[in-house]
Amino acid sequence: MKSIEELNAVKEKTLARLNGNTVRIVVGMATCGIAAGAKPVFDALKEETEKRGLENVVVSQTGCIGMCKYEPLVDVYVPGHEKVTYVFVSPEKARRIIDEHIVGGQIAEDITVASVE
Amino acid sequence: MTHAIDKTNFCNKQTRVALRNCGIIDPENIDEYIARDGYQALAKVLKTMTPEQVIKVILDSGLRGRGGAGFPTGRKWQLARQIVPDADQKYVCCNADEGDPGAFMDRSVLEGDPHALLEAMAIAGFAIGATQGYIYVRAEYPVAVKRLDIAIRQAREYGLLGENIFDSGFSFDIDIRLGAGAFVCGEETALMTSIEGHRGEPRPRPPFPAEKGLFGKPSVLNNVETYANIAQIILNGPEWFASMGTERSKGTKVFALGGKINNTGLVEIPMGTTLRTVIEDIGGGIPNGKRFKAAQTGGPSGGCIPAEHFDIPIDYDNLISIGSMMGSGGLIVMDEDNCMVDIAKFFLEFTVDESCGKCTPCRIGNRRLLEMLTKITEGKATLEDLDKMEKLCYYIKENSLCGLGQTAPNPVLSTLRYFRDEYISHIVDKTCPASVCKKLLKFTITDNCKGCTLCARKCPVNAISGAVKQKHVIDQDKCIKCGVCMDSCKFSAIEKK
Repeated sequence: MKSIEELNAVKEKTLARLNGNTVRIVVGMATCGIAAGAKPVFDALKEETEKRGLENVVVSQTGCIGMCKYEPLVDVYVPGHEKVTYVFVSPEKARRIIDEHIVGGQIAEDITVASVE
Repeated sequence: MTHAIDKTNFCNKQTRVALRNCGIIDPENIDEYIARDGYQALAKVLKTMTPEQVIKVILDSGLRGRGGAGFPTGRKWQLARQIVPDADQKYVCCNADEGDPGAFMDRSVLEGDPHALLEAMAIAGFAIGATQGYIYVRAEYPVAVKRLDIAIRQAREYGLLGENIFDSGFSFDIDIRLGAGAFVCGEETALMTSIEGHRGEPRPRPPFPAEKGLFGKPSVLNNVETYANIAQIILNGPEWFASMGTERSKGTKVFALGGKINNTGLVEIPMGTTLRTVIEDIGGGIPNGKRFKAAQTGGPSGGCIPAEHFDIPIDYDNLISIGSMMGSGGLIVMDEDNCMVDIAKFFLEFTVDESCGKCTPCRIGNRRLLEMLTKITEGKATLEDLDKMEKLCYYIKENSLCGLGQTAPNPVLSTLRYFRDEYISHIVDKTCPASVCKKLLKFTITDNCKGCTLCARKCPVNAISGAVKQKHVIDQDKCIKCGVCMDSCKFSAIEKK
């Protein structure tokens, strides 16, 4: 990469990917999240999306989302909708998120951050 | 009600600059960093600015070191650029040896946004004229080390580190050095000695690192959080940064909120926010309806902010004026159940353990100080000891070689300043008002006792006796004050005083 144009090209391409039609499920996986059990949650989300053949769904990781006491935290970005944050997520709850929110289109209200705030 | 974490009370009162990408991007994917304007600041610097202009922007922004002491970052870079004009090699170092008990701000940036650090170090390299950077990160942060390693490899692949970056003629590369767990290596000269491959011990200053630092060459050392602000300052301008904060402390500060508080976690707030806002609004107050007693800032080098200063705007100078310090950003909240003498003892035990032993005031002085504190917590001290202890504190502060020793007595001095009455209670009345110091506690059985014998069976030293269905008694000579009886009693019949 030798020019700002090349840098901007990567930026545009990535923005298009992030803001495109894909649903993104993002797990907080800093040390704090991992210690609280984010790894099995991440694996469960991956496994469930693959099992159901959900091609338009990407599971990825991020750093510390900030609210340690609710870890593991999972953010769900559905294009055109406000982000939804799930708290105290376990592998079972992860499968519920896929089933109810991603496939069924209904937010699992009893396990979002609003349910504990 | 919203389902997004950003809209909660915890998040919407924060201003995220250093943590802007944490929890948003995938730290192991350089493209996601670039999508959030990553490496644009480096491109701008290399393509359109001179090193002097870069330094001026950082100076004008008013950014001060986030590692604790608060030295102006621009001034540091300026000195490293100018002091030895004909140096053949200079170095940029990053202090990621975050060791304060309870502090994890830097870890969050390293794990959540490692490229922000790399970009800022390259900018610093351009500003001072260095081609090599070192990140000194503690080995106890394996996830941070792994993500830094991935980030460095990705940046090299893209040519954002290495030879002739952005075709500008400027070359810069970064290597990681692992710390082996010594707290003193967070001190700048000890850190550099450790990178050089020697035992991590501080050396006298002057010469300051800007003149003779790593491998004897002019060097700049900044903290992770300081670097995390740099790219944003370059992109948004120094005026933007200086518009946040107080007159002499600009921008934001990240705090690791912990202790007796409902919302533990990382918070980034503009400088000048009051402790009340942080604890009541963002932190959600103290659990179990307890009363706020004090907040500890600055870790083992800092001090306490008592309830009377609850409305003081948090910035470098205000904290110093009330006898504490910003430190790297640990903020531990304490309620009425915390004994301040015990807190001072906890931090001093830490510094005594971590003293490198090179200079006598720190090595021996702090140990003597700890012995005196221990005497107080055991009810064996006199008021004369208290005066002696205070004198020793000042002696250690004035005569220690490095920051570790110079600040080690701070927790003692600060608790003495605001909670002298608690020290007096321990010494004169032989009681611990918060019922923490074991040697001064007495466990007794009240008339609530039903004679169930559970406590007598649980007691590890057989100090409890009594017949079934009759009130039991604790033999005070045998009792080791472990509290097992109190925890096991189903009738709340055991009293601790």
